[in-house]
Amino acid sequence: MSKLDAKIPGGPLADKWKNHKASLKLVNPANKKKLDIIVVGTGLAGAGAASTLGELGYNVKVFCYQDSPRRAHSVAAQGGINAAKNYRNDNDSVYRLFYDMIKGGDFRAREANVYRAAEVSNLVIDHYTALGVPFARDYGGMLDNRSFGGVQVSRTFYAKGQTGQQCILGAYSSLNRQVEAGTVTMYSRRDVLDIVVVDGKARGIITRNLVTGEIERHSAHAVVLATGGYGTIYYLSTLALNSNGTAAWKAYKKGALFANPSFVQIHPTSIPVLNDYQAKLTLMSESLRNDGRVWVPKQKGDKRDPNTIPDEERDYYLERRYPAFGNLVPRDVASRAAKERCDAGFGVGPTGLSVYLDFRDAIKKQGEKAIEGKYGNLFEMYEKITGESPYKTPMRIYPAGHYTMGGLWVDYNLMTTIPGLFAIGEANFSDHGANRLGASSLMQCSGDGYFIIPYTITDYLADEIRTPRIPTNTPEFEATEKDVKERLNKILAVKGKETVTSFHRRLGKIMWDYCGMARNEEGLKKALVEINALEEEFWKNVCVPGTNDEFNQELEKASRVADFFELGKLLVTDALNRKESCGAHFREESQTETGEAKRDDSKYAYVAAWEYKGEGQAPELHKEELSYEFVKMQERNYK
Amino acid sequence: MSGLLSSSLGRKLIMSVSGLFLMLFLTVHLGVNLLLMFGDGELFNHAAHFMGTNPAIKIMEPILAAGFIIHIIYASFITIKNQKARPVKYAVTKGNELTSWSSKNMYILGAMLLIFMVIHMANFFWKIKFGEMAQISYDNGLTYIDDTYSLVAGLFINYWMYDVLYIIGGILLGLHLSHGFWSAFQTIGWNGNVWIKRLEMIAKVFAVIVATGFSIIPLFFLFFK
Amino acid sequence: MNIKLKIWRQQNAKSKGRFETYNLNDVSPEMSFLEMLDYLNSTLIEKGEVPVAFEHDCREGICGCCGVYISGRPHGPESKTTTCELHMRSFKDGETITVEPWRSASFPVIRDLVVDRNAFDKIQQAGGYVSVNTGAAQDANALPIPKHNADEAFDAASCVGCGACVAACKNSSAMLFIAAKVSQFALLPQGKVEAEARVNRMVAKMDELGFGGCTNTRACEAECPKGISISHIARLNREFFVAKLKE
Repeated sequence: MSKLDAKIPGGPLADKWKNHKASLKLVNPANKKKLDIIVVGTGLAGAGAASTLGELGYNVKVFCYQDSPRRAHSVAAQGGINAAKNYRNDNDSVYRLFYDMIKGGDFRAREANVYRAAEVSNLVIDHYTALGVPFARDYGGMLDNRSFGGVQVSRTFYAKGQTGQQCILGAYSSLNRQVEAGTVTMYSRRDVLDIVVVDGKARGIITRNLVTGEIERHSAHAVVLATGGYGTIYYLSTLALNSNGTAAWKAYKKGALFANPSFVQIHPTSIPVLNDYQAKLTLMSESLRNDGRVWVPKQKGDKRDPNTIPDEERDYYLERRYPAFGNLVPRDVASRAAKERCDAGFGVGPTGLSVYLDFRDAIKKQGEKAIEGKYGNLFEMYEKITGESPYKTPMRIYPAGHYTMGGLWVDYNLMTTIPGLFAIGEANFSDHGANRLGASSLMQCSGDGYFIIPYTITDYLADEIRTPRIPTNTPEFEATEKDVKERLNKILAVKGKETVTSFHRRLGKIMWDYCGMARNEEGLKKALVEINALEEEFWKNVCVPGTNDEFNQELEKASRVADFFELGKLLVTDALNRKESCGAHFREESQTETGEAKRDDSKYAYVAAWEYKGEGQAPELHKEELSYEFVKMQERNYK
Repeated sequence: MSGLLSSSLGRKLIMSVSGLFLMLFLTVHLGVNLLLMFGDGELFNHAAHFMGTNPAIKIMEPILAAGFIIHIIYASFITIKNQKARPVKYAVTKGNELTSWSSKNMYILGAMLLIFMVIHMANFFWKIKFGEMAQISYDNGLTYIDDTYSLVAGLFINYWMYDVLYIIGGILLGLHLSHGFWSAFQTIGWNGNVWIKRLEMIAKVFAVIVATGFSIIPLFFLFFK
Repeated sequence: MNIKLKIWRQQNAKSKGRFETYNLNDVSPEMSFLEMLDYLNSTLIEKGEVPVAFEHDCREGICGCCGVYISGRPHGPESKTTTCELHMRSFKDGETITVEPWRSASFPVIRDLVVDRNAFDKIQQAGGYVSVNTGAAQDANALPIPKHNADEAFDAASCVGCGACVAACKNSSAMLFIAAKVSQFALLPQGKVEAEARVNRMVAKMDELGFGGCTNTRACEAECPKGISISHIARLNREFFVAKLKE
């Protein structure tokens, strides 16, 4: 168990972070200037961390693959950001937010971390507001809140449907301020292709300049990964297409443990696949299910215009199966139910992989105006993509991969098992357990970046003040750079016939079919075989044109997909190991008679952290037992 | 104020302010010219005499000239700089719902107006200032003033090409102003979501008045005199 | 549907570019414009040719990565639409579609349709922020802001930084881009403290980076995928002249 010391401070839940902060070491301003920190990723976590560390006086280097840090995928978050402000006087509190997250995560997250995330949420809102983020306001000029994701209080701050964009532009602005001040150096259009470990500590990274192809070495006293999730492993997902798991995966291969990789949230309401070349699934806010009714035809393969299908020939399957909650069942249940109908051959649309979300009755009852007021911009967005008006014909929706709760294992200080390597935001296995609540990802990313890592990394760096600048001409850097170059050359040398995208699509299909919304032992084992075969085929037949010394998008993609084969196998292995259903992880073997998820706390109340044991070796499982001191583990019940 | 006039916005401000000044002049100019169509020329000749002799107007004359020169020089300067900002041109360009033809072609319109102005000044201004003008008396020979009316009427009645030229000039001016008017206000910052619609409307009305006003005079002489 | 594509190909910033013509058959009207390019690229790769480089990421109209000049208009024929949101049903069967990169001296071509928009970051670094350190903020509700100001600030702040305004403007002016940021902060009390320094520095940086000047053609507003109004440019002008007068 020596591998997994979470370093959770003792004491009462509400005092843990306060007491811990008091015990953390400091670095004086003169010494901060001599310490280098690398931050990878410029989303809310990365930009927040980099700007704050720059303000503190550290010498920060930030990396992103995009042309500008403003484009990191936090930008796409729609709904909002939670904070326990209790501005609505609805008896919200840090404790309630904490409890909602613990419960929503199906009791698979650490109490202390979750409580801290809830605690700093208020600071996050204060900070963004001070940065000039134009959150929605009421007529009195005060910040507005809305309720979100089935909680009983209104604690979600929002900026129309573009909350993520507004928050990231705030974070980007403070990052820019530090770039101008000279404390932060920005390296955009860089892929981080490996982590350099020197004497057991993370000391740098190897990057590829995406414009010139140059392989570069960068060193620092500590490295922070804020690289987001790996949901693009499914190929089709709600994520940005270039989001990838490479940096986290390389950290894993360098000795950082990877926790709960199989915990992937599948969002029930995204616009379905419309053509064979589709590359992206666009999310439609969950709130649509408040007024829309989900159905499929009762008859298999019914191709009639949905408006001509009479009520008695429609199967409102959510209302039928879950009479109490109807269309408002939780995300995972709704997703699985849609999959079940489509698998049984009742799906609609050209591919048969979608279900109707119908507003006919709501429009009849409330009028088109009222519906437009609530969902106008979503309907517009849907029409732009599909060419169909949801006012006239039912929307078609299908679930899509969305958020990865799993990630690099970190202790209470957000440090991985490699000293000096930190992981923040979605990149760590985080505070969301087996399922994330709506509007809490922006909250957690920002909290990690602005208010947690600056303290905990300082504690680590307090012992590094005597370490001079890390040279990059050492054998460790040389060896890692050599590995990176060899791998790229290996990809280029294949010169096969099949495109990278085609391999990625095929991998995504395996992952989706066997390790998506519902998983079973047979399927998962099959997935392992198929991924192995596909990976072998990739290395024999992938076609990447061009060279390494140029702007080469196919090479970028190939390098990411090559890592996804390996990550995919770990994801499946983790899903195989966890023979219970919890949160987003649904094992068909572990369900109640009515098809509900069945958790097994006696056997699986732990974080599964996997250790890399070398090429071709099975990873080693380390268990971090989850003990609930302050809340009681309960069954999630929707009846 | 450091660097105001060397900044791109400062240069535009000069265009805007000089443009507004020239529009003021045009309004007065049009007002006087329209008198050509009333009576037998007495009214116009008096007005022209006043404009030619009043000390305040005399002082304004060089300022007006400076206004024109500044407007032209800065327009050239800005246009050259703006051209440099896109060294490789698009192969295909299409318009959009908001951009008027005039707004894209202000420099060309301005250049054509400059040519027109040179001819115009040779026709009248030069002759009035430095040429031999016929004299006319409206007080039984006590005093004589320039018979500017006859000069104008003679040109417009006898040479139809000049009528065409002046109508074209009026239309070009209208086009130039249809963008220039509201654009000047936008540049000095007098605009907002509400005012943009108002200003664009006022600009159109103003442009139509100026274009019709100046064009109607040669037509009047061509058909009614 | 079948289409004919005329696409700008350019190896790198230094090389000379040219148009290449491609005939693409069996294009589905359901494809997004970028998926059509994906499709083209897969056919090119399979034929052993070099695929067309183009920038993209979120593919839902918010990251601002994508943006090409399609048959004479930035982001194509539909208004308030980014290239990734544009679908092939907006084109006719048999149509010839010309695809060019953003053309501006300040946006040098990196490859094919990909340009370097780093100048935008530099402008923002010159002053597009409120100088508040993490930890220094007061309670979020301590400063009430009138709703209409907050809403207008939001409209300005919805800029995705795609560069369509520069691409659309006949002068390659970045005024709408700058105005969006200056206006957002001018409308909020948080931004007032540094308002004068901000507008001075951002305008100076824009001029230094070689963008053209604004001649109020409104092309930027018409082509902005977020429909940002030029009334923000008027506010920028006001802010700038007032700042200069006070200097």
